[in-house]
Amino acid sequence: MSNLFIPNPKEAESIHILREVAAQFERPVLLFSGGKDSITLVRLAQKAFYPARIPFPLLHIDTGHNFPETIEFRDQLVAELGLELIVRNVQDSINQGKVTEERGRYASRNTLQTTTLLDAIEEFKFDACIGGARRDEEKARAKERVFSVRDDFGQWDEKNQRPELFDMLNGRIHQGQNVRVFPISNWTELDVWEYIKTENIAIPSIYFAHKREVFFRDGMVWTANEHVYRESHEEVFEKMVRFRTVGDMTCTAAVLSDADTLEAVVAEIRDSTISERGARIDDKRSEAAMESRKKVGYF
Amino acid sequence: MTQNRKLIKIATAGSVDDGKSTLIGRLLFDTKSLTTDKLEAIEKTSRQRGFDYLDFSLATDGLIAEREQGITIDVAHIYFNTAKTNFVIADTPGHVEYTRNMVTGASTSQVAIILIDARKGVIEQTNRHFFISNLLRLGHVVVAVNKMDLVNYDEDIFLKIKADFEVLAEKSDFDTDQITFIPISALKGENIAKHSELMPWYVGNSLLDHLEVLESSDLHESTVARFPIQYVTRPRTEAFHDFRGFSGKLYGGSLKVGDEVTVLPSFTESKIKTIHFFDQEYSEALPGASITITLENEVNISRGDMLVKSSELPKSEKQISATICQVNSKPLKVGDKYTLQHGINRVLAKVESIDSVIHTDFSGEVPAAQLKLNDIGKVNFRLSKPIHFDTYHDNKSNGRFILIDEGSYDTVGVGFIE
Repeated sequence: MSNLFIPNPKEAESIHILREVAAQFERPVLLFSGGKDSITLVRLAQKAFYPARIPFPLLHIDTGHNFPETIEFRDQLVAELGLELIVRNVQDSINQGKVTEERGRYASRNTLQTTTLLDAIEEFKFDACIGGARRDEEKARAKERVFSVRDDFGQWDEKNQRPELFDMLNGRIHQGQNVRVFPISNWTELDVWEYIKTENIAIPSIYFAHKREVFFRDGMVWTANEHVYRESHEEVFEKMVRFRTVGDMTCTAAVLSDADTLEAVVAEIRDSTISERGARIDDKRSEAAMESRKKVGYF
Repeated sequence: MTQNRKLIKIATAGSVDDGKSTLIGRLLFDTKSLTTDKLEAIEKTSRQRGFDYLDFSLATDGLIAEREQGITIDVAHIYFNTAKTNFVIADTPGHVEYTRNMVTGASTSQVAIILIDARKGVIEQTNRHFFISNLLRLGHVVVAVNKMDLVNYDEDIFLKIKADFEVLAEKSDFDTDQITFIPISALKGENIAKHSELMPWYVGNSLLDHLEVLESSDLHESTVARFPIQYVTRPRTEAFHDFRGFSGKLYGGSLKVGDEVTVLPSFTESKIKTIHFFDQEYSEALPGASITITLENEVNISRGDMLVKSSELPKSEKQISATICQVNSKPLKVGDKYTLQHGINRVLAKVESIDSVIHTDFSGEVPAAQLKLNDIGKVNFRLSKPIHFDTYHDNKSNGRFILIDEGSYDTVGVGFIE
């Protein structure tokens, strides 16, 4: 038998990072949103530790406004791989009076997640939170480290980041600090989609074209349902749409699309002229929106 | 991810006004990597600032503080691809903290693009950027003579700069075929994606074409295999009850089932029994692979140990000399103690002596009592335990380390073992 293993460089790099997390930290956790990036992370973690189980739990910060398809998918995946899942709810943070629900036209629970996340980190004493953020998503993300140290308030100090040299990762931290880890930092949106296709990874149905009640605002396609604020003049249509990112319903716009297979989705992404975050309503608030959110502990 | 698409990582270096961000924006634009919404943001901001051209530098200048100052302050990673190649650019600033930032950006790159302003020619910073490319032993250097539009696309000016740079190149370890000179205008898009009609005297490839024809052998070193153990994989499940795998990333050369190997630091000998990647077994793995290996006999191995072919043992010493680049504002002094992280293995290190600080313009070195931020110098260390290393010259992956401050836990220096 002679078969040669030719590595995929980005996959190898991500696995290297995940193994460093397991080795350097006591209580790592994988932040799982049910989106394609965190699903890809789960596959990479499976590969990193096979035939052993993934040595850390998943944490889902549930805004209460998630697409039901995502939640269903999440529970299936967790059951299939025998993973531990922790869920913490934004609704609880609201009930505890820690955050106040936004009102009106652009109301979203997206920024409220930060408080729930920081509370969960404190509750479980997580020292490393693995996330699926990529540097190609957004300008402020382009400068993010693979191991990004946060203080006890979860804050990111972008001017005082540890330099990361070669692939030597320094995860040493003080009591109270934690590290956000981004194993797919160097992947592009297309890389992720091509990987999902090559590996035949299951993803939630809302990534594929389906009929949905939507309305149009600011040149974007919004989901029409009870969680999304809509003015009486904003008319509802039934359209074929799919989602490019899967976040909270209130901040994730759909795109008009007929791509109902992985092949069609990959082809669409390859030809796309709108960036992925172009469909994120939360980034449209201001040009520096992401950076401001990150400074206060957003993922 | 398409496996047959090549991955090239590039570090860009230049002074503040050499037009580096413009070049990157132009590369994104010409490869159709700027999406409509990003392009619209660039058009809008360019108009607001009263420019009569598209300011492509806006595509990369990320953080708020930078936007205010109009200069890049850190390493930013930018991604684009052509049909054949995936590109990653580590964009590093050219101003005060350039050494720290460029060393960081170049550390993950195989190619450097050094930008020279055609009106200014080779300046002190050009020397420094080239010095760092040489220190890190990058596979290839592109000297891009930019702003040719401002010198009437004059060949003589280009040739003069080329000749000046060649004087510098002779002082380096690079072979002449590792350095390529290209006259460009990033602003106007000349010689970026296609050959410029305004510079018919230039017969070489455009920048993008040149990067695409670089071969793997131009980019990656081929040397002996080094396999540092990151993680011991023990499933403790029924199906894999006795499985004990050693997981890590393979560097330098390939490993095969049946290879006779030595485990360091114990110097125990064994043979490779199996090579795994996920649920598949392979007979051989190429460098760069993140794999799991099992051995013929039971060997006590823990994280930080290293597996090598028994015929290719590295050096094992407690006393090492290295070229250090100080990347933290706290100076390195004789007597200081650090955690030295060699690959993934950590030992304690004490600075025994500092030989010199090296001028980063190839003009020699001077004795020094300390290394300040952005200094590069020769330092001798005594270690708490031996490390198993090669010189950086012989084997890049096994000849480098970082220094971690014992108080702040910051990464304060990077070392290249002599």
